[in-house]
Formats: sequence, C-alpha cells, structure tokens
Amino acid sequence: MSEVLVVTSGKGGVGKTTTCANLGTGLAAMGYKVCLIDTDIGLRNLDVVMGLENRIVYNLVDVVEGNCRLKQALIRDKRWPSLYLMPCAQTRDKTSVNPSQMVKLVTHLREIFDYIILDCPAGIEQGFQNAVAGADRAIVVTTPEVSAIRDADRIIGLLEAREFSKIELVINRIRSDMVRRGDMMSASDVTDILSVPLIGVVPDDEHVVISTNQGEPLVGSMTPAGKAYQNISYRVSGKDVPLNLEFGRITFWTKISGIFHTTG
Amino acid sequence: MRNFFRRRSSREVARDRLKILLISDRVNCSAQTMEMIKNDIARVISKYMKIDVDSMEIQISKTGSMERGGKNPVLSANIPILDIGNGDK
Repeated sequence: MSEVLVVTSGKGGVGKTTTCANLGTGLAAMGYKVCLIDTDIGLRNLDVVMGLENRIVYNLVDVVEGNCRLKQALIRDKRWPSLYLMPCAQTRDKTSVNPSQMVKLVTHLREIFDYIILDCPAGIEQGFQNAVAGADRAIVVTTPEVSAIRDADRIIGLLEAREFSKIELVINRIRSDMVRRGDMMSASDVTDILSVPLIGVVPDDEHVVISTNQGEPLVGSMTPAGKAYQNISYRVSGKDVPLNLEFGRITFWTKISGIFHTTG
Repeated sequence: MRNFFRRRSSREVARDRLKILLISDRVNCSAQTMEMIKNDIARVISKYMKIDVDSMEIQISKTGSMERGGKNPVLSANIPILDIGNGDK
C-alpha cells in the first residue's frame, strides 16, 4: 500500500526541502521504493539538494502537459536505486499545474512507489493547493521561532479542513544550549502550542549546510541531524522509535543551571 | 547585572506571545473587529457605570479547558471602573 506525504511549512526557509531529501533517502535506504516530487514550480531546489541537477531532462509540467511519459521525468538517485526524483519546471509558474492534474499524477505514481513525498512551496497559494491535493498525510516543518510557528499553525488549520489521515510535526534547528539558557522555545513548548503530534526533532547542525553543498543528504550519517532524520524516517515508516526530547527538555538540573546563566 | 532584573526569559515571552497571537489567528478576528467589539462593550457598560475607556482592554485567549487540545478561545475584557454609582442617578 503506498502512501503520499506532503512536506509543508507555510514559512519559507525552515527546512522543507532538506526534510524531503533526507526523509526520501532514509526511506529508500530502508528498502522502500520512493518518489520525491518537487512542486515548487519556478523555484525548484530539491534537485540541487539531492545533487541531481545535471540529470534533468523532463519535469513535472512536461508530464502533466503530455510532452513526455511519466517515467521519462523520473530521475534515479545517485546512491539509492529505489529512490527517484520528479523535478518541476524552473521556467514556468505555479498556475501551470492545477490540483486535479496533481491528483491524477499522484494516482499513477501510487502504482509504482511505496512512498511519494511532495515538497511543497512556501505560502498558501496555488502551489500549496497543488501539493496538498493528492496527499493523504502531511508533515509540517517548523523552527522554534515565533514567525515559523505562526505560519505552521495557519497551515495546520488549512490541513485540518481537508481529510488527512495524519498531520505530524517536525521541529527543525533546535539549539539545546539556547533552550537551556531560556532563549529558545523547547520542542515540548512548540508541540504544546501547535497541538499536533511530534514526529521528530532536528538539532541545528552545520553538517546540513555541508551536505547541501555536496548534494548528498546526510540521513543515516553519524551527525546529529543525520541521526535525527534517520529516526524520522523510521517513524514515518511506522517503526516505534522513542522521541529524543533531549533538545530542550527542562530537567531540574537544566532549570537550575538556566537560572545561573540568566543571573550570571 | 542587566540580566539580573530580567524577569522572564525570551523563551517564555515567545511562548506567551504566540499563545495569544494564535488564538486570535484561529478565530479569524481582525484588529478592526476587536476594536468594534471593544467600542460596543464600552458603550453598553457606560450606561450603567462610569468606566475608563482609554485603559480598557479586550483579548481573546485560551481557556483552561482541555477540550480540543485546550484550543477553546475565550474573550476577556478588562474594564477599569471609575465610578460605580454613575448609572443609578
């Protein structure tokens, strides 16, 4: 049975594309057949994060318009043979595709893949409507910042109005040192505010930048973010991996040391 | 030393601001509507007592009820009374 996930956030730059790339790679590494779809028409980025930018011939808009067959637009990943990317057009805009065309495309892909992951553009306009149209499960990415959380809440409201089997939260770029000092909301603060089940917490990690530079997702590596994305991939596939709320958990001791930090 | 006087951490400030902000976002109530509600309340209360309209505050915030994840909003008004006997004249 295949599952279609949309990775969304409302606000831009919180890590949707990075989450897509790592989740897709993580699931493929577990042996699933995975298709990543970039739906950010005009501002595509998933191809560069995956390091596949030189292999693009056809794209999503070509498929929808019938310029090529579905499989011609699927690019196989460099490392994982069961992972494919469908890039979107860079020289077109969001109105080139409509939600019903997306549903049709996704229906075809369901026959081939176990997981189809849609990378949603920022915003709540047509690009968002296209991306969520064919999905049955949503992953909302946010960072522990007021602006990102506000947008995430808005997105969650819009997703709740549709019939999603699951809406889950990824909190990205947590800095445990700042949480301990009382200068950043913790994972549990964010989860309390948004009232959506948490599926993963990703620490702020410079390795993410390095991996993006190289065009190779870091999931599964021994880096803090790599481990976090590995766990998210396991949880998405249904494996029960305990959540590491270490990033920002307030224990008696951290509270005491926090007091010393603010007073000292 | 500067930090010594800081009562709340920025984390708490962010959390509290968001709680209030999101409730008003969720009920989809604009600042304009809030202002209209405030003026209407002020007018009604003024019939019975003298109130300080300038320092009156209304706010939509979260209830203590945990129904629907504690998202149930409540409208609260803080209306300073100047003279309670005014309306009985």
